[in-house]
Amino acid sequence: MPGDTRKLALIATKGELDMAYPPFILASTAVAMGYEVGMFFSFYGLHLLRKDLDCIKLSPIGNPAMPMPVPMPALATVLPGMESMATRMMKSQMGRKGIASLEELRTVCRQGGVRLIACDMTMNMFDLSYEDFIDGVEVGGAATFLDYACDADIQLFV
Amino acid sequence: MDIPFDAELDARGLLCPIPILKTRFALDELSSGEVLKVLSTDAGSTRDMEAFARQTGHELLASGVNDDVYVFYLRKA
Repeated sequence: MPGDTRKLALIATKGELDMAYPPFILASTAVAMGYEVGMFFSFYGLHLLRKDLDCIKLSPIGNPAMPMPVPMPALATVLPGMESMATRMMKSQMGRKGIASLEELRTVCRQGGVRLIACDMTMNMFDLSYEDFIDGVEVGGAATFLDYACDADIQLFV
Repeated sequence: MDIPFDAELDARGLLCPIPILKTRFALDELSSGEVLKVLSTDAGSTRDMEAFARQTGHELLASGVNDDVYVFYLRKA
């Protein structure tokens, strides 16, 4: 509805490639639709704020829904190199299909003025600091999120 | 459809949410009242474009599909 800015509050807690997409897809689309957006990053979601997103990988372990190039027993997914292979396959498939990279979606969020807020408790736990993150990241805690989310039109936990 | 337009966005071969993001960027370049034509092959874009128009106030003048290519005409609010 024009003239009435909507607000999206989103928590990202996962650091796998497939779980990194929904927060950035929804936040970037919300930006495109004129929303004010705040993203909170906690636990493994903090890695989505790293300067280099190459650390975001896909794990085939314990994921029976993951398509494999050749049939293989679940135990084989723990072999060295399987994670890199799965990540490479997923990324190349995404490129072929015309799917945006995480970096592109994150850039839209940053340019669109999305507030990126890192959870201070889990930053401490993982020994992460501002220097590990892209520019413009704020630090806050649960109260910061609740204060932001209490009048948001949409609140999502991913 | 023969609707005059001021700019055209070719989002064919791109999947959600890129067509919507590019639509927003393309509309940013236009003045109020100007019309943007968007081409997309993303099957979800019909509903997405309707939702985008509803939420942003830009007017979806017309839409259609031709040989698996979806066409939209948006008038900037």
